[in-house]
Amino acid sequence: MHITRLKQFYTRSIAIILFFLLWDFSARFGLVDQFILPTVTQVIEAFGRVIGNGTLWGHFSLSMRRTGSGFLVAVVVAIPLGIVMGWFAKAEEYLDPLLQLFRNTSILAMFPVFILAFGLGELSKSAIVFWGCLWAPLINTIAGVKGVDPILIKSARSMGISVLGLFAKVILPACLPEILTGIRLAAGTGVIILVAAEMLGASRGLGYWIFYAQQRYATAEMYAGIVTISLIGVAINFILAKLEKHIVAWKRQMQ
Amino acid sequence: MSANQEAALQKEYSPQLGQPPGQPNLNLLKTETRTQENPEEDPVLIKIENMSRVYHINRGRKKERFTAIQDFNLEVRQGEFMTIVGPSGCGKSTLLDLLAGLSFPETGHILIGGQEVKGPALDRGFVMQGYALFPWRTISKNVEFGLEIKKTGKAERRRAAQAYLDLVGLTGFENRLPYELSGGMKQRVAIARAFAFEPQVLLMDEPFAAVDAQTRELLQEELLRIWEKTHKTIIFITHSIEEAVFLAQRVAVMTSNPGTIKEIIDIDLPIPRKSGDLKSSPHFNWIVHKVWKSLHNQEDEELRETENPDIENEIDPDTAL
Repeated sequence: MHITRLKQFYTRSIAIILFFLLWDFSARFGLVDQFILPTVTQVIEAFGRVIGNGTLWGHFSLSMRRTGSGFLVAVVVAIPLGIVMGWFAKAEEYLDPLLQLFRNTSILAMFPVFILAFGLGELSKSAIVFWGCLWAPLINTIAGVKGVDPILIKSARSMGISVLGLFAKVILPACLPEILTGIRLAAGTGVIILVAAEMLGASRGLGYWIFYAQQRYATAEMYAGIVTISLIGVAINFILAKLEKHIVAWKRQMQ
Repeated sequence: MSANQEAALQKEYSPQLGQPPGQPNLNLLKTETRTQENPEEDPVLIKIENMSRVYHINRGRKKERFTAIQDFNLEVRQGEFMTIVGPSGCGKSTLLDLLAGLSFPETGHILIGGQEVKGPALDRGFVMQGYALFPWRTISKNVEFGLEIKKTGKAERRRAAQAYLDLVGLTGFENRLPYELSGGMKQRVAIARAFAFEPQVLLMDEPFAAVDAQTRELLQEELLRIWEKTHKTIIFITHSIEEAVFLAQRVAVMTSNPGTIKEIIDIDLPIPRKSGDLKSSPHFNWIVHKVWKSLHNQEDEELRETENPDIENEIDPDTAL
């Protein structure tokens, strides 16, 4: 038991360890200019510095607020909308082409529109995150509702269930796996969109900070920012995957 | 076989009626006294009058009418176990949907306890071929589903679910999820769920069609045992003539195109019934044959209209006895 866990840890981490070793060696022994790629220790030092003086926290917390608000509103809008659209097949037939058009329009191409509409302040950033996060949960919820086994609906209806009860007790739990997958996708998109948006037009936030560090040639700080972003992504994915595994155990086991 | 021979056979193997059924000992389950000696005296619970059901099918631009059920009349007594057999496509499942209130007749009426069926409600329980268990709910929570709709309190739900799971022999499986159970066990859960909210009528649409033969026999016996204990009115649809005869007090034979009742055959087999002995008895097989012949005749008629009229000479129903 203990041995297998150790072995699993080895399997899961060896590639990452090798990557960082390669990175550090390349920088340390001059294979790559340290100006472009500082050593890992230099990045860790920079990391410690920005954590210590509170710079990182300021940018981090602001970025999280922007992503969090946009993401949450998107999920809250997408799920009920997706359920209604999935249920009324006719409505979905009409709306699907429009949905596909929106979804396939590059999200960042819309950013200028959002700046025009909401200004350069917080709202435009939350709004672009909302826009980017909306599609995956919406489309997944629609697919989930359309995929609910009709016999479950028939069974519940035969017991005289109300329409609201049918949605709450049958439709929603039945398509929860799809919804959670959509949420996970949206969370990933949210961080990506925000960083890009902050690079394009912001005076604070992680995206701005990374961009700004590059402009003043503080490459170690820039990498500290990049690593922060990837850590956020990994953490969100980890939490949501755990949650998913716990909530929809029945689905995973069935397959 | 002549009519005389048939009568003689029937007389010879006719079972004694009037055996009192074993009284159940379940404190939680309501038991009613049965009038087994004279089932005809039980009041009529379900009354279907001159019912028809038409489907409108869109085929391209043309709208087609398909009459699934026509001139349908049937009376089912309180506490009766009735099975319905018929060729596939005769409207058996349509009939159950109508009884469940999931769809409505074009003409005619369905009355349950004198009340016209206005939609689905908890006075009827529906057991389907595909189990239809909610995969995210535990076994116990699945059984509680109807009671939740009924707004029964939590403790009472728990207790009822436990009682009915015990009744179908699934004690100890309360907290399992459906995927952990075999097909036969899933169908027991579905039966427990339908009984748990205490409907007056159980509608069963080929519930045992998907399980293996051995499990099927076991489930048949258990269903009979539960029926004897709870004394519910059951309408049970099946493809299997043997199953129909084994379970029922009366077997209704349906014809297709359009679906209607052709004949109702009384099953005078003793209750309680045990699969092994009974199914090999000549009397049982005589009844099976009678139902088979009723079904066969109509298929003959269809055959005669289409092709190969010689085929009935090759299959002699009497040699089967």
